[in-house]
Amino acid sequence: MTALQRDRGTGKPPARTTLAAAPADRGRVARRKGVRDRVARREGVRRHWWFTPWLYLLVPLGLLVTFTYLPIGDMIGYSFTDWDGISPEKNNVGFENYTDLFTRPELFKVFLVSGVYLIAAVVQICLALYFATVLSFDTRFRNFFKGILFFPYLINGVAIGFVFLYFFRPHGTLDSLLALLGVHGEHLWMGDPDLVNASLAGVSVWRYTGLNLVLFLGAIQSIPPHLYEAAALDGANRWQQFRHIIAPGIKPVISLSAILAVSGSLAVFEIPYIMTGGANGSQTFVIQSINMAFKFDKYGLASASAVVLLVLILLVTWIQRRLVPEERVELS
Amino acid sequence: MRRGWVAVAAATTVVLTACSSNGGDGASSVPTVNADPAKVSGSITVLTNRTDQLGEGILDKYAAEFKKVYPNVKVKFEGMKDYEGEVKIRMNTENYGDVLPIPSDLSIAQFPHFFSPLGEAAELSKQYQWTDYSTVAGKVYGIANYGTVTGFVYNKKVWADAGVTEWPKTPEEFVTALKALKAKGAATPYYTNYHDGWPLRQWTDAVSSPSCDPGAKDAMATTPLPWTGGNDIFTIDSLLYSVVHEKLSEEDPTTTNWDNSKVLLATGKVGSMYLGSWSIAQVRDAASKAGANPDDIGYMPFPSTTGTPCTVLQPDYKYAINKHSKNQEAARAWIDWFVNKSGAAQNEQGISSVKGTELPSALKPFIEKGVRMISQNQEKLAAVKKIDKGAEINLDAPDYRQKLVDIARGAAAGDQKSYFAELNKKWSESQKTVG
Repeated sequence: MTALQRDRGTGKPPARTTLAAAPADRGRVARRKGVRDRVARREGVRRHWWFTPWLYLLVPLGLLVTFTYLPIGDMIGYSFTDWDGISPEKNNVGFENYTDLFTRPELFKVFLVSGVYLIAAVVQICLALYFATVLSFDTRFRNFFKGILFFPYLINGVAIGFVFLYFFRPHGTLDSLLALLGVHGEHLWMGDPDLVNASLAGVSVWRYTGLNLVLFLGAIQSIPPHLYEAAALDGANRWQQFRHIIAPGIKPVISLSAILAVSGSLAVFEIPYIMTGGANGSQTFVIQSINMAFKFDKYGLASASAVVLLVLILLVTWIQRRLVPEERVELS
Repeated sequence: MRRGWVAVAAATTVVLTACSSNGGDGASSVPTVNADPAKVSGSITVLTNRTDQLGEGILDKYAAEFKKVYPNVKVKFEGMKDYEGEVKIRMNTENYGDVLPIPSDLSIAQFPHFFSPLGEAAELSKQYQWTDYSTVAGKVYGIANYGTVTGFVYNKKVWADAGVTEWPKTPEEFVTALKALKAKGAATPYYTNYHDGWPLRQWTDAVSSPSCDPGAKDAMATTPLPWTGGNDIFTIDSLLYSVVHEKLSEEDPTTTNWDNSKVLLATGKVGSMYLGSWSIAQVRDAASKAGANPDDIGYMPFPSTTGTPCTVLQPDYKYAINKHSKNQEAARAWIDWFVNKSGAAQNEQGISSVKGTELPSALKPFIEKGVRMISQNQEKLAAVKKIDKGAEINLDAPDYRQKLVDIARGAAAGDQKSYFAELNKKWSESQKTVG
C-alpha cells in the first residue's frame, strides 16, 4: 500500500441509497411507526418555490454584485468621461479615451515587463509540479516541507515587499549568501534595469509557488493509487509514472494554472508597486493605470485602460480554452 | 419568509443610499465666529496627516487648551497614515471631517466645491501669509498653520572636513563641493531617497530659488519649453542630473530608506539632502538619538544663478472647513485658535503664517548671511497644475524625477538632453490643449 492510499483510505465511495428509493423508504418507515399523519402534514405545508435556492445565494450574490459588477459597470461608465476623480461634473467624451489609449504605443510598452513575469510563471508552475509530485510520494518530513513551501503565500504582500527590499540591497542578504558560495561582486538587484524585473519576478515565484503546489497536490491525490501499483508492477519508474499517470490525470488543474499565470502576469501589481513603485523600468500595466488615475487625475483614461486589460485577459483565457479544451479525465 | 424580503429591501435601500452622489449644495456663506466663546458650540472632527502627533497625544493637548477657551466645543481628531491617498477618496462623499488640511494635489479651481470660504482675500491677506495659495475668485479657502523655507539640510562637520566651509554660490560650485566630499571618502555626498520618492518631489519646491524670481512658477503657465536654459526647473533638474551622473549620490538608489537616511545624515555617512526646513528638527533629533552632535546639522539655500542666495517661503498644509459641515462656526473657531493661539507653529520650528511673528531659531544663519526670503506668486497656480497633469509629468509626484535619476545613472535609455526634450514636448503639447 502506498503512502497515498494510507492518506486517503481505499478510495471507495460510501454506500448511498438511490434518490428514487428514498421517499418510498421513508414512507414505509413512517407507516410502521405510526407517524404517518405528521409526515403527511409537513409535506403538505412545504412548498417548493423556484427561487428557494436563490435565497441561499442571496448574500454571496449581493456581495458579488455590490463589490464586483456594480463597480465594473461604473468603471465602464467612467471610461467614456473625462472625470478627474473628484470634480462633481463629468463630461461624456465618447470613445476619446480609447482612441487616446490606442494611438499612444508607449502605453502598451509596459506589457514587455509582463513577459518577464510570464517566464517566471512557467518556472513557478514547473517548480510547483515538481514539488507536488515529490511530496505526494512517501517523502520524509513531507508535511513539514508542504508547510514550508506554502507559508510564503500566507504572508502579507507588503511585508514580503519590505523583507525583499533588505534582501536585495547592495551588501544585503542575497549578496552575502552568494559570497558564501564563492560568488563575489556587486549586483544592484533592484537598481540594475536588466535585473530589476527578474528580481521582482523571483519574489513573486517565491510567493505563489505554494499556492500552485497546493492545487497540484490536491489534484494528484485524487488519482486512484492502484494505478501507481499497476504501473510499478509493469516496471515504470517515477518519471514514467509522472509522465503517463500524474500529468494526464491533473491536466485540468495544470491548464487552469496556466490561465491564471497568463492573466496574472498581465495584471502584476502588488510586488512591484510596493518594492519599486514602478520606478526603474519595472512599471506594469496596472501601475501605469493607477498613476493615470491618482497622479495625473485622468480617471477616464485609467478606466479605459482597465477595461482594455479586462478584455485582454478575457481574450487570452478564451484563446487558451480553445487551444486546450476542457475535457473530463477518466482514470481507472 | 416575508421578513426575508423586508431584509432584502432594507439592504438594497442601504446600498442605494450609500451610493448616492454628493450633488447637494451646502452652505457657501462665510462662517463667522460668535464673539462670545461660550456661545460657540458643537462637536467637530479634525482630519490630520500627523499620525505621529496624534499617537503621542500632542494634538489632544491642543484640544484641551482649546476647550478652556471654547467650553462648548468638542474636538475629535482622525489621523490618516496616507493622508493624500485617503482623503481624496473620502471627498467623494460629504463626510470628510469638519476641519481638514487641503490635499496638496487638489486643483485650486475645485476648492469652492469642497470647502467653505474663510473670508475675503483682501482682508485675510493682511493678517496671514500665503493666502494666495488658496484664493479663488477673491475668497480664501484655506489658512496654513506654518510655512517652511526650502534648501539643503547638510552635515556641517562632513563638509568642513572636506574643506568646504562656505555655502556653494552656484550650481557648479555645489557639484564641485560634493566632489570634494567624495574625494574625502568619508560620506556619500548626496542622498536622493529615490525609493521613498517624496523627497525627490521636494526639488520642485525650489522653483523661484535659483533665479530669485517670485513669478518663476507662474511663468511655467506660459513657457512652452520650461526645460531649457534660464528656467528654474531646468536649473533644478540639471543640478540633480549632474549630482547623480557624477556618481555623487548613493550607490543603489532603489533601496533607500527615509527613516534610515536621517540617521546616515546625522552620523556623517551622508553629506546632504534636499528637504524643507521642517526636516532640521527631525535630523537633529536623529543625531541626538544616534549619539552624534545635533549642532552639526546645518541648512543652506539652493545655489542661485544670479549671485544672491534666495529661498522660497511656502506654506505647509492649509486648513479648510468642509462645506457640508454642520458646525461651521465651531470649525472656524478651531482654525482661528489653532493658527493664532496654539503655538503649534513655533513648537515645530515652523514659520507661523500669522504676519509679524518671529522666525524660528533654526533659520538664524539665513538671516545672518543675507538670504533673501521670497514668496512664490500663485496667480496661475490652477493653469500650471492643469498643464502639468495633462502632460502626465506631475511635478508634485516623484515619478518623473525618478526617471531623471535613472537616466543620469545610466539605468534608463537617453541622456539629459533627450529627456528634457521629451518633457518639453509633453509640456508644450498639454499647454496647447489647455489653451
